[in-house]
Amino acid sequence: MNALIDYILHLADTTLILSQRNSEWCGHGPILEQDIAITNISLDLLGQSRNFYQYAAQLLNNSTEGNKTPSPGGEGVGAEVTEDSLAYLRKEREYKNLLLVEQPNGDWGQTILRQYLFSQYQYLLFEQLQHCSDEQLAAIAAKSIKETRYHVRWSSEWVLRLGDGTGESHARMLKAIDELWRYTGEMFMPASYENSLNIDPASLKKAWEEKINALFTEASLPVPEKVFMQSGGKTGTHTEHLGFILTELQYMQRAYPNCEW
Amino acid sequence: MFNTCIRKFYYGDIPEDNAGGTQSNKPAAKNEWPLWEIFIRSKQGLDHKHVGSLHAADAAMAIENARDVYTRRQEGISIWVVESKYITASNPEEAGELYEPAVDKIYRHPTFYQLPDEVNHM
Repeated sequence: MNALIDYILHLADTTLILSQRNSEWCGHGPILEQDIAITNISLDLLGQSRNFYQYAAQLLNNSTEGNKTPSPGGEGVGAEVTEDSLAYLRKEREYKNLLLVEQPNGDWGQTILRQYLFSQYQYLLFEQLQHCSDEQLAAIAAKSIKETRYHVRWSSEWVLRLGDGTGESHARMLKAIDELWRYTGEMFMPASYENSLNIDPASLKKAWEEKINALFTEASLPVPEKVFMQSGGKTGTHTEHLGFILTELQYMQRAYPNCEW
Repeated sequence: MFNTCIRKFYYGDIPEDNAGGTQSNKPAAKNEWPLWEIFIRSKQGLDHKHVGSLHAADAAMAIENARDVYTRRQEGISIWVVESKYITASNPEEAGELYEPAVDKIYRHPTFYQLPDEVNHM
């Protein structure tokens, strides 16, 4: 049961943090229409994370050892877990999101590339999850995969435009690849909770690489080889960026506990 | 962000430099994408209606931008995009000669005619 909860939190945290990152573009997009597009994607991801958090909260509250579970936010034994307490009151080391999604937005090209690398992975993942034996997870994946399919479409068109665009845009995409590639390996390295659940993310790797290779070739971008892959996000060891994201994300609940509006 | 000032176009009011038949001599501003007119069909069986315009680099991007700008509250199930420069609009200043002559031709409306009672369902 704990492995399942950890896995759901991993899915929830990953989508929440990417949503938070993308939302930083709100009002700052390169053009009004794209500002709306990236904010839409941000909201899609937020919706997905809410589904995962609600499910995790339900399992935590139902679990017989619920009272022994360290209550997120330390509100004392027996305090009910909610989607909000999971998002707003857990600490950096408790977050299980992928390192890739906490990386800074950089320029538009870097944001686009991060979205593409992730969405392509998420699409393959949801394709499997929608047939998994856990009904709730399968339902969330089946609902979300349509959104993800659009994220792949939207971000891959941008990778193509920028990679195969001007000298400037091409150079920026090369830089973005250089910044982000080292965080892609983690997606396919199973954490202990994935092993316990017999979930094998490595099985998605080949299909993901084929998709990436095809698009990068079309966009005249090189696929890096032999890059040392960073990992640790899935088990709570993050890059320096996550703390800053959570500081902003959790500020209201930390400063004014239980505040609502 | 665009530093150019925002120009608001009203319905049917295609700016001259975008209007059909005008080959603009001005090179497009460096950061400016062309303007596209967006048509949305709200339901099966209804026709596409003009809903507004937006900027995009090409037709594919115009469709995606329209999807995000104009259909996120379930407004539509089909999108058409047309680059604004391909639309030729009538000149608002010629409204007098174009439309006013029709005002006093009320016999062009079917309601002008009295139908015999024998003709049903007209």
